[in-house]
Amino acid sequence: MSAFTDSITLAAQLIAQGDAVLMRIVGLSLRVSFSACLVGAIAGLWLGAWLAVARFPGHRLLVWGVNTLLALPSVVVGLLVYLLLSRSGPLGAWGILFTPTAMVVAQSILVVPLIAALTRRVVLDGLREGGDQLRSMGAGELTAAGLVLLHERFAVLTVLLTAFCRAIAEVGAVMVVGGNIDGMTRVMTTAIALETSKGDLPLALALGIVLLGVVGIINGAIGLLPAREGLESERLI
Amino acid sequence: MTTALISLAAATVRFGAVQALREFDLELRRGDRLALIGANGCGKTTLLRLLHGLLAPGSGERRLHDVQGRRPVQAMLFQRPFLLHLSVNLNLRLALWLAGVPRGEHAARIADALHRVGLEAMGDRNARALSGGQQQRLALARAWMLRPDILFLDEPTASLDPGSKREVEALIDEFARTGMTIVMSTHNLGQVKRLASRVAYLEAGRLVVDWPVDRFFNDTLPPEAALFLKGELPWH
Repeated sequence: MSAFTDSITLAAQLIAQGDAVLMRIVGLSLRVSFSACLVGAIAGLWLGAWLAVARFPGHRLLVWGVNTLLALPSVVVGLLVYLLLSRSGPLGAWGILFTPTAMVVAQSILVVPLIAALTRRVVLDGLREGGDQLRSMGAGELTAAGLVLLHERFAVLTVLLTAFCRAIAEVGAVMVVGGNIDGMTRVMTTAIALETSKGDLPLALALGIVLLGVVGIINGAIGLLPAREGLESERLI
Repeated sequence: MTTALISLAAATVRFGAVQALREFDLELRRGDRLALIGANGCGKTTLLRLLHGLLAPGSGERRLHDVQGRRPVQAMLFQRPFLLHLSVNLNLRLALWLAGVPRGEHAARIADALHRVGLEAMGDRNARALSGGQQQRLALARAWMLRPDILFLDEPTASLDPGSKREVEALIDEFARTGMTIVMSTHNLGQVKRLASRVAYLEAGRLVVDWPVDRFFNDTLPPEAALFLKGELPWH
């Protein structure tokens, strides 16, 4: 049997048996990445909306900076957070290195530029269509941007879904700040990396398939939301 | 003497190298039904945005005059109304919230406005799911609900079918009869005759004539305005 067939069979077995270790790893992965997206959404949506409407010296430079950070390697983020949180670092007293909290911090930093850059684009497009109308009704610039985000909430959901996918699929940052400790900070991507290094490729691939399945289910559920609101044309998937 | 609401004095608007309005003088008076006409790109929409305050003049002056000791309330209706992906009721509620109308008045004003434009059964529908004509009527209801002293309309019936056009025109006429000041850009000369009391013809950002409607259609016009009326305006 090929490695692919083995992996698919193994993935199905792991899910069907409700493997406790797998469930714990999946649960932690979801918890960490959801939390990171929540933190990233609060900061990124606000930053993106503000960048879309604010005008000040250095504005273009800041937009350029945020857009450049889209390519931020996750392992670099992990390293920066590690240096901040390590015992000798400025935030070492918090004592959160090698905990899920540190992983949330790292993934939040990773998704904020992504959410901000895409949100800025959504707001700019929305304001092009309705900015004059909103301003005409008395909305200030930030209020108008907020209303555009409400109006384009399915586009915002797509942005957040993209950020979630970026967070849950990254391995570098969580590996460095989490340490891949069994039962503590092991998430799906670090488990895949570990099984690959051990040479257990079918298990590594099976975990990859489970990861894709989990993201697929979330994606599908979000994609159905516009249809429930009677907006078929706004379907995400 | 009729009260002035907005006056422009030598107002100029530039967009980069393009001069959209040149040395524009205009006085908008209470109860006016002013129609702005002219070829595409002559500056009608820019003038509406300038009068409404969405644009500031690059040079010259725009003055907003108080009405009975307060700033006049203004609303604007765009050619393609921008309605949020929310229910009809929520769209109206948001407009009232933005205008600072007390919460206690929202329900009554919304019901009244929807009744006025014949959309009372549509309150829970998604505003974006309405037909083009219904969306424009909803946008009119949203504007009317704020009880504006001045209503700006940018080609309000340009993209509507004849039936919807008639309905929207009837509503504008009805609003104007309540004493609301109307400023409207349009290409429809029949509409100008039916709705306007005063006509301003613009060409290349310049005010060519600003006359009462009867005089505009019966008197001898400056040559460029006469050509426009005959549909023989040359390309610039």
